[in-house]
Amino acid sequence: MQRSLNIDPGKCTGCRQCEMACSYENEKVFNPSKSRIRVFTFDAEARFVPYTCTQCAEAWCMRACPVDAIRINLGTGAKEIHNDVCVGCKVCTIACPFGTVNYNADTGKVMKCDLCEGDPACAKACPTAAITYVDANWTGLDKMRMWAAKTDSAMTAN
Amino acid sequence: MHYVVLGAGPAGVVAAETLRTADRAGTITLVGGEPEPPYSRMAIPYFLTGKIPAEGTHLRKAPGYYDTLGIGFRQGTAEGLDTDAKRIAFADGSHLHYDRLLIATGARPVRPPIAGLERKAVHHCWTLEDARNIVTLAEPGSHVVLMGAGFIGCIVLEALAMRGVNLTVVEMGDRMVPRMMNPTAGTMIRKWCETKGVRVLTSTRIKSLQSVAAEKSRGIFGFLRRKEAPRDSDTIDVELDTGEMLAAHLVVVCAGVKPNTDFLEGSGIRTDGGILVDRYMRTSANDVYAAGDVARGYDFSTKGHDVHAIQPTASEHGRIAALNMAGHNVQYNGSLQMNVLDTLGLISSSFGLWDGVEGGEAVEVVDHDAYRYLCLQFKDDVLVGGTAIGMTQHIGCLRGLIQAGTRLGPWKERLRRDPMRIMDAYVAHSQMA
Repeated sequence: MQRSLNIDPGKCTGCRQCEMACSYENEKVFNPSKSRIRVFTFDAEARFVPYTCTQCAEAWCMRACPVDAIRINLGTGAKEIHNDVCVGCKVCTIACPFGTVNYNADTGKVMKCDLCEGDPACAKACPTAAITYVDANWTGLDKMRMWAAKTDSAMTAN
Repeated sequence: MHYVVLGAGPAGVVAAETLRTADRAGTITLVGGEPEPPYSRMAIPYFLTGKIPAEGTHLRKAPGYYDTLGIGFRQGTAEGLDTDAKRIAFADGSHLHYDRLLIATGARPVRPPIAGLERKAVHHCWTLEDARNIVTLAEPGSHVVLMGAGFIGCIVLEALAMRGVNLTVVEMGDRMVPRMMNPTAGTMIRKWCETKGVRVLTSTRIKSLQSVAAEKSRGIFGFLRRKEAPRDSDTIDVELDTGEMLAAHLVVVCAGVKPNTDFLEGSGIRTDGGILVDRYMRTSANDVYAAGDVARGYDFSTKGHDVHAIQPTASEHGRIAALNMAGHNVQYNGSLQMNVLDTLGLISSSFGLWDGVEGGEAVEVVDHDAYRYLCLQFKDDVLVGGTAIGMTQHIGCLRGLIQAGTRLGPWKERLRRDPMRIMDAYVAHSQMA
């Protein structure tokens, strides 16, 4: 059964351990700007919102890649960047309407969430269970899915 | 059912793959115009810099990929189309019958009417073959003149500069990338390129290309027209409308492209700066579809039809055309103009109606010293376009907000005060609503 990251912003305290864990797991540095998950802060509302790729079915990034560097991991369902193939053209960063593919100037490649091969470091690091890794059909994902559907404008089936 | 896909760029390859998924039994023939496996032009600059070998540009990497999918791949240049007999005529005299045809023949570079452009050491940068020619001539330190600083010119610029050549760019327009960047952004990119050692001449035209050997006959006046002395390896003299002479070892021409529609003459298929298609990617002829850079597809931001010569649009066109060819009934919701460019480490992008709309409102923040810029274009409280320089994080949210037509409400005022909060606005609307 495939699983997904489930994010419950209501439980997030803004500790940013997910960012540190992600950055260390994937880039071997403790640097939030290298994290593929980002906690957004809304001071006025006193809210924190962790945000990352939902591994959307549309896979805008994958379809936009000119060199086949983004492929689906059949085990996790994640759309993964293959660094040995990526040329760093950045087209996926503008094609993803969720803003979850970023360019890393240090490596000359793009980066996005790959679910850490089925053991996401952010979920393990989250002390309040604001980020969990659960059955993909979990209803908590509905909100993100709804937004994804609204943005999914490539085609309309008649 | 025999599906023929003319053109083996991204639109054609995605279409052939989609046809295979949608119709397991159909016969699929993919026709490429060049003696190469299907590849991506977008990857050519990375071949030029040596980041990837020629194989790195190939759209699909697995050996025998097309065979495995039961997609027949052949080479051929279409010369004519008979839509009544459903027959394509190729330049080598052969013919091919189709039941349903996709035209994904892309575009080719324009050769401006300038004397001397037929000389050796003058190349477009469009095909892998062009790139191989450029690689042999663009040696470190050699004089290279690049004609055109549009989007393609700028991508080539980066690759040439990284090869360590002595580079001069000549652009007719008043700024770099005039069709993708507004004056503020285009000027910022120019300044950046100049600090990186590239000579940029805007509002300047190339008058002619001559043999550099003629130099001796020009005497002292010829010498006065130069800022830099020719090297022994230089074979071409580039004459500018300012009177200046530039000696060059290589001239690269990036003066725009035009759709490959010549073979459609007499076919009855309607064209107007590209093949006209409806929202099902159908052309004016029965069972003939078009996709990618050759097609004027639906643009949801303008509600009109236009050529959006970018990889994501080509891939969407190809997929939707193929689904309709296979008997599904899916309407294309449209693309929007967008692009991303890396000029020697300065990354810029623009989206949608980046030049604004009548009755709209623009907010911008510019930091010339840090080479950072963000301009947001609104219609009421909806984002309709944007331009960014020096921003590489979450930039796709601009597309998301434009595409979803998100009403920003109170965030519009917040963005007026600080445009850089655009991703906050996006997250607030997508995750907290």
